[in-house]
Amino acid sequence: MRRLGYKPHALIEALHTVQETFGYIDEDALKYLSRALRIPLSQVYGVATFYHYFSMKPQGKHTCVVCMGTACYIKGTGQILNNLENAYSIKAGETTPDGGLSLLTARCLGACGIAPAVVLDGVVIGHADPAHFNARVEEKLKQ
Amino acid sequence: MLEKIFQDDAWEPVDRFSIHVRDEPVSAFLSRQIHIATEHGGTLNPFDLEEYIHHQGFAALRKCLESYTPAQIIDQIAESGLRGRGGAGFHSATKWRKVRESPGEIKYVICNGDEGDPGAFMDRMLLESFPFRVIEGMIIAAYAVGASEAIFYVRAEYPLALKVLRRALALCEGNGYIGGNILGSDYSIHFHIAEGAGAFVSGEETALLASVEGKRSIPRIRPPYPAEKGLWDQPTLINNVETYSLVPWILREGAESFAALGTATSKGTKVFALAGKVKRGGLIEVPMGITIREVVNEIGGGVADGRQFKAVQVGGPSGGCVPAALADTPIDFEALQSIGAIMGSGGLVVLDDTDCMVDISRYFLQFTQNESCGKCTLCRIGSKRMLEIVTRLCEGKGRPQDIGILEELSAGMKAASFCGLGKTAPNPVLTSLRYFREEYLAHVEGRCPAGKCKALIRYRIEDHCIGCTICAQHCPVGAIHSIPYQLHTIDDSLCVRCDMCRSACPEKAVKVV
Repeated sequence: MRRLGYKPHALIEALHTVQETFGYIDEDALKYLSRALRIPLSQVYGVATFYHYFSMKPQGKHTCVVCMGTACYIKGTGQILNNLENAYSIKAGETTPDGGLSLLTARCLGACGIAPAVVLDGVVIGHADPAHFNARVEEKLKQ
Repeated sequence: MLEKIFQDDAWEPVDRFSIHVRDEPVSAFLSRQIHIATEHGGTLNPFDLEEYIHHQGFAALRKCLESYTPAQIIDQIAESGLRGRGGAGFHSATKWRKVRESPGEIKYVICNGDEGDPGAFMDRMLLESFPFRVIEGMIIAAYAVGASEAIFYVRAEYPLALKVLRRALALCEGNGYIGGNILGSDYSIHFHIAEGAGAFVSGEETALLASVEGKRSIPRIRPPYPAEKGLWDQPTLINNVETYSLVPWILREGAESFAALGTATSKGTKVFALAGKVKRGGLIEVPMGITIREVVNEIGGGVADGRQFKAVQVGGPSGGCVPAALADTPIDFEALQSIGAIMGSGGLVVLDDTDCMVDISRYFLQFTQNESCGKCTLCRIGSKRMLEIVTRLCEGKGRPQDIGILEELSAGMKAASFCGLGKTAPNPVLTSLRYFREEYLAHVEGRCPAGKCKALIRYRIEDHCIGCTICAQHCPVGAIHSIPYQLHTIDDSLCVRCDMCRSACPEKAVKVV
């Protein structure tokens, strides 16, 4: 924030920094930003919840981001997501109760050339096979 | 022996040994393309400024600073007929002139890299592979409109693009291409990067400005246009990544070479992200006026897996589905608009006969409903109601009057929404209703002709089952009753329609009915 000179328009960048450092944005962070940047807390909360990229909940140990872009969707990521939702009884955007796996969706990874694409713990997996993907996630969780 | 050598007819024609011979698929993929924005694709190193300069990089900028006045640059752009590549196709020169003429102490130039359309990735690729070209285009634009601050607005979901861009800007700054008194002239420009945070609506220009100012990206009413009152109420030029990357070529090769490509109203080339059910997908740059069929069949190599070409989804969630019957439509702004689609940012997703149009509409509605910023009532609630109706159709609970309601809501949403998102959100529904109405009617009756909507289909094992039990081993719910070497059967009440049996069957005996 010092780098940005405490200007009100630094809010989005500051939120990015908070998320990068802590993995998510909690209430304390919002209050701190509001004071430091002299912006009403309501506005800080509004911005943080408006953008999909910011998360207000801690993430699980492993994350699985399923791409829901057009190309991936028609090649079967809907199927992959469905299978994962059924297997772990969570919905997209939720984390398993034991904090092991967060299941997320992305608008489009811009990786349509290797559709269907899924990001498992930061690694992009192209040409994901709907029939065998659950096994892959299971393997990751065991690690 | 010598005689034989001296006689021409004893030789194979030399051109057969040309080092440029390409395999047939490569040749088909490349021969129809013209590379302007993606010039030297695959050979330029995005981190090597020297290499870019060797490939005539920054030649256009030098030429502009040394021998053109800003007004002359804008005239050149006007002559080339360049139109914004972000989707709406506004004439770039008109916008540039407006910014130049608007009074303001400080002017801004913004590069819109908030590429949000699912299925489109050309901005990402241009920023990652040709950062210097985009920067050069922006400097020229800034010089032409008299701006001294330039801002890149790039999605946070593109970490590589951001990394490349930061490095490229540092290199340019170190070599005197940006900063104070660039290239020995008295012109100065400074660059910044603003990261997006995952909101589709940020791609709309007034919403983008709000986001750069650190607010929620909600569009505001126009006029005043950003060209008059943009960032911090100063005149601001906003163009798409692709538009800027075309600028250096136009000024280097001359406006007339650019205007020579394309159709009467749409000039030059357009980068498309060809994806979906084609044999060869990828990023392509084609001259305007090429037909959709040529792109799909020649460049894309036709539809994969021997399936039938059904439609092309052009322009993402704002665009429409062009049926195979209209595939001879040339790609230009007006022609696409006349059939209900839009150019958009350039996603081309090919659909085959296993794709259900109602399901595709549902997908796009889900997207727009999610991304609607919530400012206009018709967009906020209308999209929700439309999604409910289409979901109902997909679940086999459709009612006969639903199609009429969909049409009514679409018209309302188009009329009563502020920005491009709401105005164009009904397009996928409207075009699929126009060209694939029978599919909607079939859903009302409880059938899904493409076999995609789970509630409306059943799986059945046909008589040529060899009794290998593979399907039963794959079934997650144990719905397949199997005795080795006998015809297997599926218990419909247990089946969850996961499609595993069908993809596992070696004899293709599992059918969707």
